[in-house]
Amino acid sequence: MGWGRFALRRLAGTAVVVLLLSAGVFGLLYLAPGSVQQTLLGTRPATAETIAAIQARYHLGDPVTVQYLRWFGDVLRGDLGTSIRTGAPVSGMLADRVPLTLALTAYGTLLAALAGIPLGVLGALRRGRAADRLVVTAGVAGLSAPPFAVGLLLLVVFAGWLGWFPGYGTGEGLADQLWHLTLPAAALAVGAVGMLLRFSRAALVRELDQDYVVFARARGLAAPVVLGYALRNSLVPMLTAAGLVVTGMLAGTVLVEVVFALPGLGSLLVDSVTFKDVPVVQALALLLTLLIAAVNLLVDIGYALADPRVRLGGGAS
Amino acid sequence: MKRTPISVWAALAVLAAVTAAAAFAPWLVPGATDQDLMTGITGPGPGHPLGTDDLGRDVLDLLIAGARTAVPGAFAVAAGSMLIGNLIGLTAGYFGGWADTLAMRWADLMFSLPALLVAIVVAGVLGGGYGLAIAVLVVLFAPTDTRVVRGAVLEQRHRPYIEAAVLKNLSAWRIMTRHIWPNIASVALANAFLNFAYALVSLSSLSFLGLGVAAGSPDWGRTLADNRTQLLANPWAVIAPGLAVIATAAALNIVGDWLHERVDRRGRAR
Repeated sequence: MGWGRFALRRLAGTAVVVLLLSAGVFGLLYLAPGSVQQTLLGTRPATAETIAAIQARYHLGDPVTVQYLRWFGDVLRGDLGTSIRTGAPVSGMLADRVPLTLALTAYGTLLAALAGIPLGVLGALRRGRAADRLVVTAGVAGLSAPPFAVGLLLLVVFAGWLGWFPGYGTGEGLADQLWHLTLPAAALAVGAVGMLLRFSRAALVRELDQDYVVFARARGLAAPVVLGYALRNSLVPMLTAAGLVVTGMLAGTVLVEVVFALPGLGSLLVDSVTFKDVPVVQALALLLTLLIAAVNLLVDIGYALADPRVRLGGGAS
Repeated sequence: MKRTPISVWAALAVLAAVTAAAAFAPWLVPGATDQDLMTGITGPGPGHPLGTDDLGRDVLDLLIAGARTAVPGAFAVAAGSMLIGNLIGLTAGYFGGWADTLAMRWADLMFSLPALLVAIVVAGVLGGGYGLAIAVLVVLFAPTDTRVVRGAVLEQRHRPYIEAAVLKNLSAWRIMTRHIWPNIASVALANAFLNFAYALVSLSSLSFLGLGVAAGSPDWGRTLADNRTQLLANPWAVIAPGLAVIATAAALNIVGDWLHERVDRRGRAR
């Protein structure tokens, strides 16, 4: 199987998942308690005018499948409807908030990779010794810590007691913004560090036991070169971890943005869910679905790059 | 047999303390949710070792009472997903074929979803509260059990004792539950511990966002949310429940990992 067929199959799989989930997202409108019309009215008065406006927009008289297809068509054209809470177009609300969430996720991923992978390598090289046990325990603690609790603890220590970082807000200018995002990104990164550390340590421990490592050492190759061979072969599990890390972070941003009062997609989701602002929730759910599908697709392509057997349809895992 | 590490003993001690708090909270701290608005939020002092929160509730009492809210919900998620996941995993692994394909595709789909986000959206839009949140998490966590159990069943499937049972004309249900399951129970249990930890974290996250337990309940996530605007008046009102969630989840993960390792070692020794 060549590159073309591999990419095509993966793309088709992703499209099926996105389509299935989009139906679920559309269904949220019908899952909300009360009639669909009530949900869409929100707190507006139920006059003939407002009801007519909703009818014109959502075609509530049509069969559900037709409604879904119309809705999906609108989405594809970039029309995500209007917010019940603010009356503003949803697409604009999302566009305002996407940069902050993406920046936060990227920053968090960077911090997690810088801390997690070296610690995992350290644990694998010092396997069974005190440093390794410390690393493993720290990893479990990191994996267990919900981002909101970590965020609040960081706030108490670094913003409250020590006063090194600002507690709330986003700041002005690039340097100041980064400084404001450091604590939130660190809160996000803690869980990811645990995940990366665990996967990279386990993968490297397995590789270091392989015959090729023994032979490379016996031939007198320098330790860093041997480590390079082993690391290259542990790329696949690390990619799995990276995929889990990014999707986990998108969920974590919801909590972290609430803790640090940041105006991103996550805090918008919580506000909209609390208000039952269904069009905004639908748009956000769809956007997150697409982001996660894209990440999974990238990880799949990464597998194929790191290990040609995946692309050629062999039995590698 | 390797000695049990200290971290496992520490984890078991934490779990024992949390279980005791969850079981006996109504007798240990009968007045945990009593408000004392005259006192308001104060730091640690006489009578209140960890201070009080903004409603004048004793933080230590709330912490103990919180175990009773946090633990049973997470336990329900772990037990529910273990039941569903084991049934599907046994069926998929034993029969194979289209049942297996279907179960694995379903698991793949569920795995591509971040459980917490789905729970936030579904529980929030439906407004069903704590019970619904638990049901959503059961559905989303079951695939991890399914995968682990299916893998373990596949390893047992072609062993002689199963062939013997099939030749004795025992029913598939009987073979799956009485013959295969006891051999893979430790794997299933280890995975349930890991799910337990994740469920605890997810449910406290939902409560923190106001989508879990009802307002005023002494839940760890809820207490954090209630006191986060007054961080400096009494930091312990945030530190204590935060550490309680982290310590309990870490203890469950450590025990789960330990069980997994024991199973692995036994498998290799054979």
